Amino acid sequence: MIHYIIRRFLYAFPLLMGVNILTFVLFFIINSPDDMARMQLGQKHVTEQAVENWKQQRGYDLPLLWNADAPQQEKITQTIFYQKSVGLFLFRFGVSDSGRNIGADIQERMWPSLAVAVPTLIVGLLVNICFALMMVLFRNSYLEHTGIVLCVILMSVSSLFYIIGGQFFIAKLLRLVPISGYDDGISAIKFLILPVLIGVFSGIGSGVRWYRTLFLEEVEKDYVRTARAKGLSETQTLFRHVLRNAMIPILTGVVVVLPLLFMGSLIMESFFSIPGLGSYTIDAINSQDFAIVRAMVFLGSVLYVIGLLLTDISYTLVDPRVRLS
Amino acid sequence: MVILWTDALIFILMAIIVGLAFYMRSQEHIKRPLKQIGRSRIGMVSLVVLVFFVLIGLLDSVHFKAGGNKTNEIVSLLDYWATPLRERGEKTYSAPFAVTLYSKEMMTLADGSTHWDYPRLEFGGSHLDDPENQRLDDILQKGLYGFAQGAGLVAFFMFLSWGMLAEQHKRLIRSPAATAVWAVAFVIVSVSYALVYLSGYYHVLGTDKVGEDVFYQAVKSIRTGLVIGTLTTLIMLPMAVVFGILAGFFRGWVDDVIQYVYTTLNSIPGVLLIAASILMVQVYMANHEENFTSVVVRADMRLLFLCLILGVTSWTGLCRLLRAETLKLREMEYVQAARALGVKQGTILLRHILPNVMHIVLISVVLDFSSLVLAEAVLSYINIGVDPTTYSWGNMINGARLEMAREPIVWWSLTAAFVFMFALVLAANLFADVVQAAFDPRRAGND
Repeated sequence: MIHYIIRRFLYAFPLLMGVNILTFVLFFIINSPDDMARMQLGQKHVTEQAVENWKQQRGYDLPLLWNADAPQQEKITQTIFYQKSVGLFLFRFGVSDSGRNIGADIQERMWPSLAVAVPTLIVGLLVNICFALMMVLFRNSYLEHTGIVLCVILMSVSSLFYIIGGQFFIAKLLRLVPISGYDDGISAIKFLILPVLIGVFSGIGSGVRWYRTLFLEEVEKDYVRTARAKGLSETQTLFRHVLRNAMIPILTGVVVVLPLLFMGSLIMESFFSIPGLGSYTIDAINSQDFAIVRAMVFLGSVLYVIGLLLTDISYTLVDPRVRLS
Repeated sequence: MVILWTDALIFILMAIIVGLAFYMRSQEHIKRPLKQIGRSRIGMVSLVVLVFFVLIGLLDSVHFKAGGNKTNEIVSLLDYWATPLRERGEKTYSAPFAVTLYSKEMMTLADGSTHWDYPRLEFGGSHLDDPENQRLDDILQKGLYGFAQGAGLVAFFMFLSWGMLAEQHKRLIRSPAATAVWAVAFVIVSVSYALVYLSGYYHVLGTDKVGEDVFYQAVKSIRTGLVIGTLTTLIMLPMAVVFGILAGFFRGWVDDVIQYVYTTLNSIPGVLLIAASILMVQVYMANHEENFTSVVVRADMRLLFLCLILGVTSWTGLCRLLRAETLKLREMEYVQAARALGVKQGTILLRHILPNVMHIVLISVVLDFSSLVLAEAVLSYINIGVDPTTYSWGNMINGARLEMAREPIVWWSLTAAFVFMFALVLAANLFADVVQAAFDPRRAGND
């Protein structure tokens, strides 16, 4: 088993290399640093000198892959690729185009993101599983049919409308919670209620449907029929057998997204002006700060790869069949 | 006639769909699921709604230069018919069916005195002399007139088809699905007739900040939504199908390479990859302005790029499904038999594997459509979606979002975007469910 995990771990490196090269091509080869400088400084009336200055301040004035002028080792190290892309592997994110330290920013903004994302995930999971179980318990009844229709309707509404509607009705009309904002420490709770609530609500449609199919698949299996035949009541079979066996796909589905919770939710955070990584990314996109976007792309893929690893490990822990084969 | 890139692709797509439909008619094993869809009331009703949207989208995809070749303005057939709507702008916000602007202004009366009141709209309800008393009657009257016209049209076709088909296809016409289809078609055509007729006199859904008709915006956004939902699929399908089948069939290093490629792409968070690519496209466009002279061409290119990028980020899911299915299929007896008989690998792929994974392709295409339409709105909100000059529901929401804070609130832009988007996505979701139930072999025969 340890063998297997080590192999999966080593497999992560070529993946991250691929991501790194892809972002490098996207950010430096398709559009040269000159193009970026012109974009930042305004299209027209840019002197060569201004472009050069801009590039030098941000360290973009080096050759891309091979520095022929530099001595010995620095032929490789004094290049954009080495300075900007390889450093990401060591989580050296460098400075943003506006001169801030990206690594420090990320560390600081990670917590608000988590404060929104973790409760949303947990509450959402509980709510979705409860509804899905209820629909499976009352299957082939009117309750289930209305449930399915409701799910499809909920799924068909854009998440933007949930946010706008929630902000309007709960925060503006009823004045139960503040519309947006964030505070440190315990007083953050009143700002978090609404985003979490909306996050859970907007996920119900697709979530319940997904868990329902998982449960239905289990319900039709032989061991459930056996359990029923031996006289267990429907609720007992559902909670003792179906739920426990359906936990495997549910758990692995959750484990994949766990690391990505750090990244936060882009729209949610920007609507509620929560100073997390999601709004950080959006700000970077809007101000066209390529250094931050590049760092976030890499961070996101690292977290995803970690998620994949965790899934593999949790599979081996939860499902004995995987462990033995 | 001007053919934009997306137009060309849309028409290619239509040709493919028509071709596929003809091909599928002759295939016995596909007839059963098709008949199942045909019997389903929900499926047929949502199909009617989708077809209605597609027709509007197609009308909006025939572009030509307005006023001969002299001007550079490119309009579509829909724009041409909606010229009054397009040109009759107001100054700023006005509510649906309003005859006055939404905010008070200082006005100079004929006798030189100034007066603080809501000014009359330039076009909306300008045919009324005494709007306060006449407005409601006028709206009802015109609405009924338009509704009656639409209803008459549907009734005419209903009788026509009844007369022509009644003898041979009595059972077909009397089936519950057919009745539902007629009912929905009746409602859609009559209501849209009434709306179109009314929009000649009023701003049916009000006007936005710069005084543009919201109804026109919402209708124009249909094409954007459809283009993103369908062209993305068209772009990603060949990649997903070819790579998925090859990886599953040949295994070995081919499989390794393809798996590596899609895991790498998958590991980059979708939104960020799209953001990075769109930023790059923006830089490229800003530095090559000479290639994008017209606003329409520019917006169209960006729409196409967006589809391309969405396609690149979304092919991985289908590819993985196809790989898994092909892995299963290649061990099947009939594939083994074909191999033992010395059939060439290419032929096995084309004749035995490809037709048997088509149901997965079809299901995922229909399922993806609605999520892509929803994704467009979110992406436009983050400014990495379609060009700001393109009409799209995302841009409408984005523009109207801040107006919720106004007192009294401006609700119609959001409502219009919500209703149109909801109708399209709901129809697509329901249809996807029916298609999935009909084509999925695991669920076939259950219902």
